[in-house]
Amino acid sequence: MSNSVRVSGSLRNRLAITLIGGAAILAILLFFVVRAYAAQIAQKGQDSILGASATSILDAAVIRNGSVEVDFPYSAFSILNTPSDDRVFYAIYRDDRLLSGYELLPQPFLQNGAQQTFVTTKFRGATVRLTRASRVLVGENLRTQVFVTVAQTQDALSVTLNRISRNVALFGVGFFVLAALLSFWATSKTIDQLTRLTTSITRRGPQDLTPVSKPVPAEMVPLVASLNTLMDRLDQSLQRSEDFIAEAAHRVRTPLATVRSYAEATLQRVSKEENRQALRSMVRAIDESSRAAGQLLDHAMITFRADHLDRQDIDFADLVTDLVRGLTPIAEMKDVGFDLQCDDSVKVSGDPILLQNAVRNVIDNALKYSPSESVISIFVRAAPTACVVISDQGPGFPVDQISQLTDRFTRGDNAMGIIGSGLGLTIAQDVATAHGGALHLTNLTKGGACVTFSMS
Amino acid sequence: MRYFFYVIAVLFAATPLVSKAQGWEEQNVFVSEAPKRVLRVISSTDTSFFAPIIESFLTENPDTSVEYLVTSTALLNAEFRQNADAYDVVISSAMDLQLKLTNDGFAQKVTGLSQPEWAEWRQSLFAFTTEPAAIVINRKAFEGRRVPQTRQDLILALRARPDIFRGRIGTYDVRSSGLGYLFATQDARISETYWRLMEVMGGLETKLYCCSVDMIDDLADGTIAVAYNVLGGYADARPETSDALQIILPSDFPTTMMRTMFVSRTTKHPEQARDFLRHVIALQSGTVDRDVFPLPPLISEQDEIRQSTIGLGPALLTYLDVLKRDTFIKEWVSAIIQE
Amino acid sequence: MKFLLIEDNIQLAHAICSRMGFDGHVIDHAATIRDARAFSATEDYDLILLDIMLPDGDGRDFLKHHREGKKDTPVIVLTARSQVSDRISILDLGADDYVTKPFDHAELEARVRAVLRRRGGVSQTVLRVGNVEFDPVAGTLVVDGTALQLRNRELRLLELLINAPGQIFAKQKLVDRLFSYDDDVSENAVEVYIGRLRKHLKGSSLSITTLRGLGYRLEHE
Repeated sequence: MSNSVRVSGSLRNRLAITLIGGAAILAILLFFVVRAYAAQIAQKGQDSILGASATSILDAAVIRNGSVEVDFPYSAFSILNTPSDDRVFYAIYRDDRLLSGYELLPQPFLQNGAQQTFVTTKFRGATVRLTRASRVLVGENLRTQVFVTVAQTQDALSVTLNRISRNVALFGVGFFVLAALLSFWATSKTIDQLTRLTTSITRRGPQDLTPVSKPVPAEMVPLVASLNTLMDRLDQSLQRSEDFIAEAAHRVRTPLATVRSYAEATLQRVSKEENRQALRSMVRAIDESSRAAGQLLDHAMITFRADHLDRQDIDFADLVTDLVRGLTPIAEMKDVGFDLQCDDSVKVSGDPILLQNAVRNVIDNALKYSPSESVISIFVRAAPTACVVISDQGPGFPVDQISQLTDRFTRGDNAMGIIGSGLGLTIAQDVATAHGGALHLTNLTKGGACVTFSMS
Repeated sequence: MRYFFYVIAVLFAATPLVSKAQGWEEQNVFVSEAPKRVLRVISSTDTSFFAPIIESFLTENPDTSVEYLVTSTALLNAEFRQNADAYDVVISSAMDLQLKLTNDGFAQKVTGLSQPEWAEWRQSLFAFTTEPAAIVINRKAFEGRRVPQTRQDLILALRARPDIFRGRIGTYDVRSSGLGYLFATQDARISETYWRLMEVMGGLETKLYCCSVDMIDDLADGTIAVAYNVLGGYADARPETSDALQIILPSDFPTTMMRTMFVSRTTKHPEQARDFLRHVIALQSGTVDRDVFPLPPLISEQDEIRQSTIGLGPALLTYLDVLKRDTFIKEWVSAIIQE
Repeated sequence: MKFLLIEDNIQLAHAICSRMGFDGHVIDHAATIRDARAFSATEDYDLILLDIMLPDGDGRDFLKHHREGKKDTPVIVLTARSQVSDRISILDLGADDYVTKPFDHAELEARVRAVLRRRGGVSQTVLRVGNVEFDPVAGTLVVDGTALQLRNRELRLLELLINAPGQIFAKQKLVDRLFSYDDDVSENAVEVYIGRLRKHLKGSSLSITTLRGLGYRLEHE
């Protein structure tokens, strides 16, 4: 029985998406912040040159013979050369009067005390960065203020900004890719913990309900604690079931044992034939109930265990030998002999309890149907596959019903008078199937039934 | 088979727009085979230099005629500023005036040209020649004597024989010649020697000219013996005069200008105007056929001439500043005219 | 032989005791582990029959204790559990064999015999009569020095007769003792076995006499 667990989302995906999403947001934020910062710096670069230009013009302003002369150097404008050939505009004012330069060039207000200011504005349809500086000139009877305004388009600045944007974007993408990779790695490492826990639990045997003892990360402690509690409860529950079955068996069988003993004892003292027959029938009935109970318990156990085989490496030959030894006293009572032949070592991987149960049931069957003073042959082979072949010298299987004999509770027509519940072969077949093997029923040419229990 | 012909239009008749201005120095229309439009090119370069270029353009663009108008650099600047939409292409040797026009937004971008970045500005203003300012002398005047190689040499030569040279020196009148002003200011910027030369020339009653052509003519017939800061190319162009004249590139510093052109932003024929510009640029790249492109092409290798070329940049606005111009001209006048 | 039966169900215990006593064995009965310990401490038994579910504890603990006390009396466990896993654990603890309730007395006898035979050294079970040596545990018959091979049922028949010499056994009784309840046998089967046994005893000091209408009797010359 395998549970298909319903899937809702994925921890790995959620973690990865969160981390990557965060990285993406950070990368974008980084892009804008760096770009803004770079823009600021680039602007400062342009401003410092504009400022120098205005200053050099301003420095050349002198009062000569009562008039203002501004013989500014060639360098005042040559430093404004840019790779994008930005346009240049300027205006020189004396108080409110334009001395030279471009008319209508915006004249931003200079705060009290400030000697220079920078603004971005529009002139003649182009966006320009503009600086305005002033100086007070003092002459003999003269005091005048000179204003110099220098403006420059921002093509070169735009080119720089674009280049910076592109580089920052590339850098951002690189950072994002790196962060994404890091996210995947971090996610894997974290999910690893879960995977390791899963592996250690999966590797346990089917009977292993011991609590998880390996140390786990703090966040997984509640989960593992719950798991341990669950396994503990399950273990207790299983234990209780087993105890219940044992208790039930005991309570049912002990009175049966008592009745049987008395019946046997009574049979000793009774001589009338019909009384004898009655007592014999009683004993037979008790035996049948007991056997039925035993087989029902076996069957239930097999059904439970078949899903989680407790596979161990065992020697099939040893297992069958032990079994035969345990059954020999019973066989002896009927003067039936066992002819046991095993290959040297028959290594199989299987559940020893189930295998013993199955083989025991088949041999039991053979014993039931073997006439007195006959032989039951048991061969344990390793090749071609590990198997045990049990043949008796009884009446054999009813030919037309062979396929149904392994159905539950089906008994052949030749089973009259023989105690059994019919689960024997079913149990053997279930065990064989659970191990990936099979049960074959045939009749021997010289008479008798043959059952082959193979492991694969 | 000639498939076009010259038409000399009567001044003021063909183009009413010109009626308000001064007269053109030259005005020619080059008519193509099947003209759909007329490109109006305003220039400071003589038609003779540009005719082969225009002819080759018409061959490739038979649906466009070209009207080529010539005037001095200063007048060109003033005229264009007044009537920008009347003209499609502007060609001038006054780099500073051209740059200011471009700076002030009169030009438009022309893409698809792979000019070196020092030969174009904002992909709108394009240089297509390299022409140094030279000292041109009449050989006879220096017969048997050492020919001056530098400005300093010239100063010494002039001082040595003032009588020979009195009234026989010529240079641009920077007040009226844009190119002259450009050369003068660039000279003055570079070396102190310029002012000393001006003073020496001023003391010898120097003749002032508006244009190179006139200076060359007077030089050729001996009216003047020395012409300072004149375009050597013009002297070179006239085979009959080349024997009589010698062109000297001052080895201390040959101020070199680049002729520039741009397409007017308000042109009515932007496609064809741009094509014309591209055509001119294409002609002067690679191996230049002097028959088709008579002007000295752009020099692309790094050599002395290249290094002394006036840079295309906003610095050219400096001397166009009214205050600075006033100051410079005052000084120049006091040097060259009043002593 | 001397047995110790440790079983808390009085009725079952009585039944076992009477049946075994019928065969001539001596049985002590303890109903609790405490009594069992007391018995085993003072007496030496040939075999212990041990029930697992006892009122004052698990029979397996008694077994462990018994073995730890270095007593290796053979033990056969009586249990209601028939699981193979139980068998393994019981044998692991030191029991020699086990029998599931309800059990066939014949099976119990057979297992007792097998256990004793495995243990060996129970020489006092050999019976000597004249030139006949019969060991019911080992299952051997020697007549006049010659070892004879006897079938299981033949051995059981001889054992029955030899343990009560002079007693008359009715055919019915012999059927009850020799054959299981599964087998539907007629009294004639007994005749067959009597005949076989007679053949084996030829030339020995023992003989079997038929008493018409009454049964058979073993006689000693």
